[in-house]
Amino acid sequence: MACLCPIILLSSCKKSNDDIAPDTKSGFTIEFENQVSGSPLTLNTVTYKNANGDDFKINVFKYYISNIKLSKADGSTYAIPESYFLIDASKSELTNISLKDVPTGDYTKIEYTIGVDYARNFAGAQTGALDPVNGMFWTWNSGYIFVKLEGTSPQSKATGNALTFHIGGLVDPNNTIRTFATDINAANPLRIRTDKKPNMHFIVNAAALFTGKTNISFGTLNFTMGGANSVLVADNYANGMFRLDHIHN
Amino acid sequence: MLRKLYVIAILGMGIAMMYACSKNQEDEVPANLNVAFKIPANFPVPAYNFDENKLTNPGFALGKKLFYEARLSADKSISCGSCHQQFAAFANLDHKVSHGVANCQGKRNAPPLFNLVWQKAFFWDGGVKNLETSPLNAIADTCEMRTDIATVIAFLKSTAPYPDLFKSAFGTEEINSQLILKSLAQFMGVMVSGNAKYDQVMRKENAAAFTSSELAGYNLFKARCVSCHAEPFFTDFSYRSNGLDLQSADEGRSHITGSATDFGKFRVPTLRNIEYTSPYMHDGRFYSLDEALEHYNTGVKPAANLDPLLKNGIPLSTLEKEQIKAFLKTLTDHEFIKNTLFSES
Repeated sequence: MACLCPIILLSSCKKSNDDIAPDTKSGFTIEFENQVSGSPLTLNTVTYKNANGDDFKINVFKYYISNIKLSKADGSTYAIPESYFLIDASKSELTNISLKDVPTGDYTKIEYTIGVDYARNFAGAQTGALDPVNGMFWTWNSGYIFVKLEGTSPQSKATGNALTFHIGGLVDPNNTIRTFATDINAANPLRIRTDKKPNMHFIVNAAALFTGKTNISFGTLNFTMGGANSVLVADNYANGMFRLDHIHN
Repeated sequence: MLRKLYVIAILGMGIAMMYACSKNQEDEVPANLNVAFKIPANFPVPAYNFDENKLTNPGFALGKKLFYEARLSADKSISCGSCHQQFAAFANLDHKVSHGVANCQGKRNAPPLFNLVWQKAFFWDGGVKNLETSPLNAIADTCEMRTDIATVIAFLKSTAPYPDLFKSAFGTEEINSQLILKSLAQFMGVMVSGNAKYDQVMRKENAAAFTSSELAGYNLFKARCVSCHAEPFFTDFSYRSNGLDLQSADEGRSHITGSATDFGKFRVPTLRNIEYTSPYMHDGRFYSLDEALEHYNTGVKPAANLDPLLKNGIPLSTLEKEQIKAFLKTLTDHEFIKNTLFSES
C-alpha cells in the first residue's frame, strides 16, 4: 500500500495541471509527401537535377520509418510499440500512416528511425511492413534495405544509365541506421485527444540522398548496396530528407 | 542438468485428428510419431528455440514438403533437397559447388544441414543471421532456385494440397512468407545430429568406447585441430583462412563485412558426419579426407589473412593421419542419416 501513495499523488498533480483525462488513448496520422527539391515526386517521367547538377529520373523510392517516439514538453516520452512502416512512393496508400493507442496529450517532439532497428533485422521471419515480400530485405546478407532509390541518369555509367541506391547495413563502420528528430512548435503541438486525431504532414525530399554532407556525382557513384558508399548517402539523408511542414490538429 | 532442458513438443489428441484429415495426402510424418526437438545431453542451450515458432507435427510436415518441393524453383527442377541430400548429411555428395536451375553452377559447396539451431550465422560467409530467413537466400539466388518469395507464395496458394497443409499447420488459410519460413525452420531445426559413436562415448552410453586407433586420433585431434573445430559441434563458428590459396578466388567473409581483414575467410565447417559430406572446403576442392588432411600437413599457403594457428601448417605423419581419420569417422551419425523422419516421402 505504501508504494501506491506516490502514484496517487502524481496523478492527482497532473490532473490539476492538465485538463486531459489521464489514461485515455487516441491516435494520429502522418502523411509523407514525397518531393524532389521542392517539386512533387513523379515516378518514371519527370527529370530532376541533383545538387551536383546531374539530371536524373526516379523509378523507385521506398523507405522504412520505425520506432516512432513522441515527447512532451515536460520531457516525458512515449515510444509507439511495433511501429514499423514502409513508405512507397508508388503506392499512395503507403504514404499515409496511422498510429493508434497513443496516450492523449500535447507532444512537442517526434523522432523515428530511418530504417529498421538492429534487433529486428535479425529476428527471423516477419510480416507486414517487414515482410521480405516487399523487396526490402537482403537475402544474402541479412538485413533490411532502409532506403531504396532506383532510377536513371545520363551521367551514370552503369548499364542502362541506371541509378541503384540501396541503403542499408548495420555493422560498424558501415552502419546506416539513422535517427531523425524534430521539435514541434510549442504553439501548435501535436494535440492528441480522444475526439481528435491530428495529422502531421512531412515533406520528404528524395534529392536529400545526394547532398548535405557529400554531393553525389552520378558519374562516380551510381550503385551502392551497403558499405562505405551507403554510409555517405545515409549521412546525407539523416538530416535533409524529412521536414515537418505542418500539423492539422 | 542438460537433460532437463529437453524440449519435447507433446501433441495430444490433435495428431490423431490431423491424420484422419490428411489420410489421402502424402503423409510426411508417421502417424504414430510425435515430432520433438531434443537437445543431446552433451550439447549446450541452442541459439534458436521454438518459443515463437511452436513445433507441431503438421508444421514440421509442411516444412518438410516445402524442403523437397522442386516446383518452387524457376524451372521447377531444384528443391532445397536437391543440394542438401540426407545420405550426405544434407550436403551435396560429389558436387564441388551447388548446381541450381538450368544447371547453373554456383560459387560454393553446399554445407551440410544439422544442428542449425545452435548456429548464429549461416552460409560459408555468415551473411544470414537467423535460421528462419536462411532459405530466402537459396530461393532468390540466380544460380540456385532463381525465384522470389512472392512467386513462391502465389504457387503455393494455387496448388493443392498446400492451402490445406497451411491450415492444419497454422490454423489459417493465409499463406505468407512468414509461415513458409517458420515451417521450414521447424523442419530444419529438428534436424539434430548428436548420436554418433563419439557422442555415445562422451555420454558413456551403451558401453561405447573408442578403439585404440580412434582414441589416438581423438588425442591428436584435441592437440592440433580442436582450437578451430571445437567440441561438441566441431566448429567454433569463427571465420578463418586456412591457406588454401595464396590469393583466394572467393572474397569469403569480406563480402559481408566489407573488411579487408576478412578477405578469403570462411566459417570453420563442422566435422560431424564428415565421412559423408565430401567434397570438402568452401569450393569443394578436396574429394577425400586424405587430401584435406594433406593440405594441413604440407599444403597451407601463406595467404594474406592466414590464420596464425596455421602458420606452420599441421605436420602429420602417415600414422597420425590414419588415426585422425579413424576418429573423424566416429563423428558419423548413422541414425541421423537414415532417419526416415527427414526423408523425402
